[in-house]
This record gives sequence, structure tokens and C-alpha cells, in this order.
Amino acid sequence: MPELLQFAFSGLTVGAVYALVALGFTLIYNASDVVNFAQGEFVMLGGMITVFLHLAGLPIPVAAFAAILITVLVGLALYAFAIDLARGSGAVQIIIITIGASIFLRGVAQVIFDKRFHALPAWFGSEPIRLGGAAILPQSLVVLAGAALIVALIFLMIDRTILGRAILATATNRLAARLVGIPVRRIVALSFALSAAIGAVAGLLVTPITLTSYDVGTLMALKGFAAAMLGGMGSAPGAIVGGVLLGLAESFGAGLISSKYKDAIAFLIILFTLFVRPQGLFGKRSTERV
Amino acid sequence: MSMLTGMSRRLALATGIGAVMAAAPAFAQGEIKLGAVLSVTGPASFLGDPEKRTLEMEVEALNAKGGLLGRKVRLIVYDDAGDANAARTFATRLLEEDKVTAMIGGSTTGTTLAMVPAFEDAQVPFISLAGAIQIIQPVKKWVFKTPHTDTMACEKIFEDMKKRGTVKIGMISGTDGFGKSMRDQCVGVAGKYGIEILHEESYGPRDTDMTPQLTNIKNKAGVQAVINPGFGQGPAIVTRNYRQLGITVPLYQSHGVASKQFIDLAGPAAEGVRLPAAALLVADKLPDNDPQKKVVMQYTADYTKKTGQPVSTFGGHAFDGFHIWKQAVERAGTDNPAKVRDEIEKTKGYVGTGGVVNMSPTDHMGLDLSAFRMLEIKNGDWTLVN
Repeated sequence: MPELLQFAFSGLTVGAVYALVALGFTLIYNASDVVNFAQGEFVMLGGMITVFLHLAGLPIPVAAFAAILITVLVGLALYAFAIDLARGSGAVQIIIITIGASIFLRGVAQVIFDKRFHALPAWFGSEPIRLGGAAILPQSLVVLAGAALIVALIFLMIDRTILGRAILATATNRLAARLVGIPVRRIVALSFALSAAIGAVAGLLVTPITLTSYDVGTLMALKGFAAAMLGGMGSAPGAIVGGVLLGLAESFGAGLISSKYKDAIAFLIILFTLFVRPQGLFGKRSTERV
Repeated sequence: MSMLTGMSRRLALATGIGAVMAAAPAFAQGEIKLGAVLSVTGPASFLGDPEKRTLEMEVEALNAKGGLLGRKVRLIVYDDAGDANAARTFATRLLEEDKVTAMIGGSTTGTTLAMVPAFEDAQVPFISLAGAIQIIQPVKKWVFKTPHTDTMACEKIFEDMKKRGTVKIGMISGTDGFGKSMRDQCVGVAGKYGIEILHEESYGPRDTDMTPQLTNIKNKAGVQAVINPGFGQGPAIVTRNYRQLGITVPLYQSHGVASKQFIDLAGPAAEGVRLPAAALLVADKLPDNDPQKKVVMQYTADYTKKTGQPVSTFGGHAFDGFHIWKQAVERAGTDNPAKVRDEIEKTKGYVGTGGVVNMSPTDHMGLDLSAFRMLEIKNGDWTLVN
């Protein structure tokens, strides 16, 4: 029994990060129909910039705040210099641009930072909390709380603010949104900024547990993408549920079945979702536009 | 305007070359060409990067002192980025276009094995810097290596366990090339030391959480110690998770993480971790009568001064490879590949950073278990275990 609890803690922590990455995918996908494969690099930037600003002597909260800010600027630059310039092209071309941007960001990070792994100190120490025979790190609770807070803020914003309504309108029907006077391009830019911020926060929250390096983004993006697919591309609650489910599936899979195929679980989930329920758990069945 | 800048640049270049020529000692005949295919970038860059810096530093020092046999040594380095196919292509280029007379390199087992056929065919000596025993067993006429093998690391660990009365262990290994190879070697020699592996787990090279696997090991009754073959960040996370779960039996890591970076990444969790490593890592802690003391202190001082970075055993492997080759050329009195090969094979009593090397026609590595020191991490630093 305690081992099941341990698997659950482990799965929830990892799953919370997948959920945040999936949420980033969802925001951009809703606003622009684009799957942004540079989403994982936002996570990397959040962690790496915090590490290096901290090494340069800034206290962690300041470094973290600056990291979020810089990552948002990178997200905006990605939109302005890569996505917006190609806005006449189809979704597939733009998706390929985001893959290129992801490789580019990784390369730049490798040059500006270095190729080593880095850790950050945990916020509340690294003495684990024992609970029912299982051990959970205080930082895991920080990750879970941080993820919950971000999700709550995003949902509140979309539900309660005029800006959120504009995002919703853009997601529903871009042409109609433009006709009623919503600045669609600015909304899409905003979605990139928000996604970048979410990714950066995920990165700096989780770095004390998982460590970071210039190339952690690739796997992060794949796992986040699998989570978003499972939940249903374009559904924000789906992204959260998909992320947590994927994290739990991985940790229970590794613990109960075999640790050899842990990474395969994400890809099996993508395949299974595509075969059985292509719209995902929460997605609406898409209809072909004629 | 642009023509003017072009001209002045050319002029500056010419003056620069002139200055270098004037400063350099006069060299006899042609250059001696030494090739190196290393994984300077990519996932194995922590191997290739210090190896390249070391070779460049040693070649520069040698040329400043008048070169080898009065001839200048030219080092030709290619970066395979850890890709075995790229390594094979570069090996062919070194042999056919650059016409090197010897090669030091192959940062990983994968790249080394991909290059072996090219050097065997061309009959050019090849000193590998990679770990696996397959590189020199069965013996290949033209292939040598400087690092210890994974089997030796396993044997060193099992020797330590046996001394402490540990017989039943758990094992968690990485699924990357290094982790897998060392796991197989450990399983292979465990019986020889009377060690029984009760439970085995593995993790992927990019895994960020190993608590599920470690929970299973923790729950296995009778485990007296745990061994973790692997390199990169994986063992650091294993170590953190190990302490998180409050597992109290000793944890053994491999020589794959024998660098200061491991202690930094694992943090306080690294306390009490034991691992086998080369003498280089504990240079300043070696007793003065240790045969390796002088060479490892010297290399450490040179390397840190030149690069501003801490030494790693991997750079040390390149140092050893270079000096074994250099001494072989000196003894042969020529850089003729066949003669140099024969002399490399006759290397006896070379004291390097990795140990004392005694090669023979049946042993193209020439190290024994004394090359490894058993270390324990205490107060965030290495200490020698006796």
C-alpha cells in the first residue's frame, strides 16, 4: 500500500508539469490553430535562466521573476519574427516553423549557457515529508500548488475578464472575432506570451527536483503534447487531466509493470488516443470545413 | 572601402603569420599528423570537450618545446557530436585525406567501434578513450585504449562490498549505452565475488524521477546495498530519490559520475555515496609516495591553468593516450604507423592519470584494479576509502 501512495505522489508531481506544458500547447492552439513545438524550450528557459541569474548573484525570487519576463519576451519574439511573418501559410508550415524555432532556441541556449546539467536549491529544503509510509519532497508540493494556482488564474482570466472573452472569441471563430473588433493578432501574441510564462514557471518550479540542461525541452514538449492529445487538443481542462493521467500512468507503469518502457507509455498513449478517440477525452469531434 | 578593409585584413593576417613563424622553433622535415575524432558537442560532450582541450594543450606544449623527433606535431580534430555514423566518416577522412599516422579518440564506445574497421584496414594505430571492454577484447592489432573498463569498476565495487560482508544487492541502471554495458558486466562478474543481485530496475537516459523503481528496491527484503551503473544526470537524480525515500543501505555509484558536477547536482544527498574512480580525482589527497601523485598533480595544475575548469578523468584519458603515443614515437624514432604500433604494445611502466600502464600483445589497455581508488563522498568532497 505505501508503495502505491509513493507512485501516486511521484506521478502527480511529474503530471503537474506535463499538465502545465499541455496547457501552454492548448492556449496557443486555441488562438492560432498552431501546435507550438517550442513549448518545451520555454520550460528549459525558465529553469536555465533562473539558474544562471542565480549563479550571477541574484537572489532566487528575483532571478525567477526575471526568467519569466525574459521567456515571455522570447515567446513574443517567436510570435513576431517567426509565426506572424508566416501568417499566410497553412498550419502545417507554421508547426514546422515552431520545430525550427525549438531547435534554434536549444542551439542558442547551448552557446549562451553551457551543456551541463544544473540544479536549483529547493524552496523549503530537501527534507522529505513522510506520509503513510511514502515520502514526498516539499518541492513537489510547491510544484502542485504552483500548477493549481496557474490553472486557477488562467481559468479565472478566461471566464471573468474581457481579455479572456476575447481569447475565447478568437478561439471559437477568428473571422467573427475580427469582425466584432477584437484585435486578433494581438490576442494571438498574448497567447504566446502567456504560454511562455506558464512554461517558464513550470521550468523554474520543477528544476530543484528534476535538474535542467539546455536540451530538456524536447522530451518535455513530447510529453506535454501527448498529454494535450489525451485530454483533447484545444481543451484546457483536458490538458490538465491529460497531464496528470500521463504522469500517473508513467509512474505506476514504471513501478508495477516495468521501468524499461517508461518513456514508451507517452507514445503508446498518443497512438491509442489517435486510434480509439482521436478527439481526446474532452475534445469536440472536429468537422471538416467545406 | 571594402577593398581597403580586405587588403588591410590580409596584411594583418600576413603579419600575424610572420609573428607566429618567428616565435616558433625551427622544425625538421614535415609535420607529424595526429588525428582525433571526439564527441566535442552533443550528449557526450562532457567526454569530448575535456579530451579536445587536453590534446590541444599537450600538443601546444610539445611544439613549444621543439616538437617530436624535431618535427612539429599537427593535431587534426573532428567533432562527431556523439554520432557513430559521423565518426566513421571522419575516420575515413583522417585516413584518406589528412593521412594521419596515428589517432587518439573515439570518446564513446559507440563511436569507437564504428571507427575500428577503418583503422584496422588502413593499419594505423588507434588509441581509444572509451570504456567498454569490447574495444580491446578480442584483441585487435591496431586498437588500444586508455580508460579502465566497466568490468574493472564492477570488480572494484564488488571487492569493497565483499570486504564489508555485503552479499545481497539491488541494482538500478540507466538504459543508455554506458549504463547497459556496465550493468551487463556487473551481472557477469557478480558470481565471481559471491554477490547475488536480488532485484533489478532501470531508467531511461532522460528520466527525471526514479522513485517508483527505488520504491520497489526498498521493499525488496534482504537488500544490503544498491549499485547504480549510469552516467549523466540520471545517477544524481537516483541519489536524490534514494535519500528522499529514506533508503538506509549503502549506495554505490560508478566511475561514470566521478566528477565534481555529480556532487553539485546530487547536493546533500550525495553524502555517503561510494564509487570507484581514477587517482586524478583525488590528486591532492594521495599520499606523497603514491606513484601517480606527481603526474596527476602536474596535469591538474596545467589543465586548470589553461582552461579555468576543473579536471575530469575523461581529459586524463586523452592525456594518457597522447603520452603513450608520444613515447612510442620517441622509442620508434619515426612516426611510421607499423613501428609506432609495435612500440605502443611494448609500453611498460608508463605512469599516467589512469594508473600504471603495462601493455602486452594480449592486453591493449594494460591497467589493473589498482588503477581504481574507492572513494566515499563526505562533507561534499571525495575521501579515500582504505
